[in-house]
Amino acid sequence: MSSPVGGPLLQLTLWRIRDFIREPEALFWVFAFPIILAFALGLAFSSRGPAIVRIAVEDGPGGRQLHESLDSMPNIMSVLLAGDEAQRRLSTGRVALVAVAGEPALLRYDSTRSEANLARLVVENAIQEASGRRDVREIREQRVTDPGSRYIDFLIPGLIGMNIMGTGLWGVGYGIVRQRNHKLLKRLLASPMRKSQYMLSHVLARMVFLVGEVGAVLLFGHLAFGVPVRGSLLSIAAIVFTGALTFSGIGLLVASRARTIEGVSGLMNLVMVPMWIFSGIFFAYSNFPEVLHPFIVAIPLTALNDALRAVMLEGTSIFAVGGLLAIVAGWGLASFGVALRMFRWE
Amino acid sequence: MSESAISCRGLVKRYGSVVAVDGLDLEVSRGECFGMLGPNGAGKTTTIEIIQGLLEPDAGEVRVLGLSWDSHEPELRQRMGSQLQETKLAERLTVRETVTMFRSFYREGCAVDDVLEQVQLQEKQDSWIVKLSGGQRQRLAVACALVCTPEILFLDEPTTGLDPQSRRQLWEIVSAFGKDGGTVLLTTHYMEEAEQLCDRVAIVDHGQIIALGSPQQLIASLGAEDVVEFALEDASSVESSVLATLPGVQHVRVENGTVHLTVRRVHEAVPALMELLAQRGARLSEMLTHHATLEDVFLSLTGRHLRDE
Repeated sequence: MSSPVGGPLLQLTLWRIRDFIREPEALFWVFAFPIILAFALGLAFSSRGPAIVRIAVEDGPGGRQLHESLDSMPNIMSVLLAGDEAQRRLSTGRVALVAVAGEPALLRYDSTRSEANLARLVVENAIQEASGRRDVREIREQRVTDPGSRYIDFLIPGLIGMNIMGTGLWGVGYGIVRQRNHKLLKRLLASPMRKSQYMLSHVLARMVFLVGEVGAVLLFGHLAFGVPVRGSLLSIAAIVFTGALTFSGIGLLVASRARTIEGVSGLMNLVMVPMWIFSGIFFAYSNFPEVLHPFIVAIPLTALNDALRAVMLEGTSIFAVGGLLAIVAGWGLASFGVALRMFRWE
Repeated sequence: MSESAISCRGLVKRYGSVVAVDGLDLEVSRGECFGMLGPNGAGKTTTIEIIQGLLEPDAGEVRVLGLSWDSHEPELRQRMGSQLQETKLAERLTVRETVTMFRSFYREGCAVDDVLEQVQLQEKQDSWIVKLSGGQRQRLAVACALVCTPEILFLDEPTTGLDPQSRRQLWEIVSAFGKDGGTVLLTTHYMEEAEQLCDRVAIVDHGQIIALGSPQQLIASLGAEDVVEFALEDASSVESSVLATLPGVQHVRVENGTVHLTVRRVHEAVPALMELLAQRGARLSEMLTHHATLEDVFLSLTGRHLRDE
């Protein structure tokens, strides 16, 4: 008798899909959360004029005069404070810099903080100008607000990459560990189900949701902030597909032996936290020291994000990012290979 | 066919220094319902999982339907159905979806509707598993095992934790499978279950079979069909050695102040006991008699109960 119920691969994949769509919380984290994040960060960093620096001037000889002259500058907000209070605000980050009048004037700030460095330049400039400095060359400004070069344009591809990583690891890893924990894997092992089809069903189900989760963020970015898609959608689809395969493979690897949800959560964080930090989701990895760059670009999420940005923002062709895709796919293949060997069914 | 459904020789399984299965031999015929009865930790689950090819034994040989796991795993998996202890099926699938998925793993089997009817879950077919009662979940687990119309059905403590009515429903399903010629290997620590369902029972303790036979044979091996239990207000007033000389008494055992007499002719033993108690002036605080059960067999073999209650 031929089976009237569809093949096992279809049934296993349907199982994964049903498990997911019947869990409203999971739907929120996969579809709504990245959009909320993009919206919040997009608002915070878009449509902002030149930055205003907050500083304190220490009360003392000449202090009030210095305070008044600095505070009158359009891009400086100054407060006049007693020495210890000014110091307290500096150390808690409420002001970026403390200025002390005198000859020479003293600027106290933490050079490891970028807003403090900015404040130093702005305040120095203001003091020099107020003291009668004349600029030797004229500078003309042009502010760039074109789509494609703003923070939100940088952010959206990063969020898509982060989402592919997160859902790949969680979607595959969490489900497997729960089934192992519930002795369901062992029950499946007692049936003639093919192990490869079980693994494949996890990956296939991921592909089904990928369309929605990437599409939602792309569309949102485009409608809300005008984030451009300069390369072909087909190229983006190919990159996203490769990324999702790879992170499903890593999810499979992470879940291949863990027995408990706590155990697998720890492993996931071990894998994901370095990528959150280094892979250029929220800020460019060029901020890290040069010596780290060869390692950073070898991380799968970095390669995925770089490829996505190149195609989305610069309109690069899929062939030009082939090297990046090879890095992504290499991680995926290696993870699948190791996971298949290590996988524990009970 | 002449060969056995299941045949094991010298099975051994160790977990570290603990020997879970200790040189166990087992022979189950086709069409037989065979039960392994024993307390928790006796090695029943380890044995049934080795036979199902889920665990590798440290020593010994297993053949199922005349085939070995090494050479015929895919075929054997097609021909057996199994219910494992403590399996939690996917909570957010419906009953029908779950059975349909298991059906898809097998080349041959019965229609999903038929198996749902067999286990009386038609009305629940569109419910999520998370909404089912314990008895319904267990019937679903058996449905997933029956959907391939197996030649052998493996059940590992199928009714543990169920209420009496759910237990009886499950027994009916297993009996019906047996009547159609199916072979069943089940483990249980309920002696009623073994007596009700099994053609033959192996009593298992410390990884070994300590008695084997039909429930009737095993009970007959006590040499007595009845048990008289009584307790005295003053336990010291009658000695065990005197009780053993009463007519028809085969065996005397005292446990927590209650005396258990295994007796052959209850109509002779009870009047004699009453006479003895009257002579000694001892007063009964409690007394009952019942037919001997597999529990009494286990008790007389090991001095322990099947369940620690």
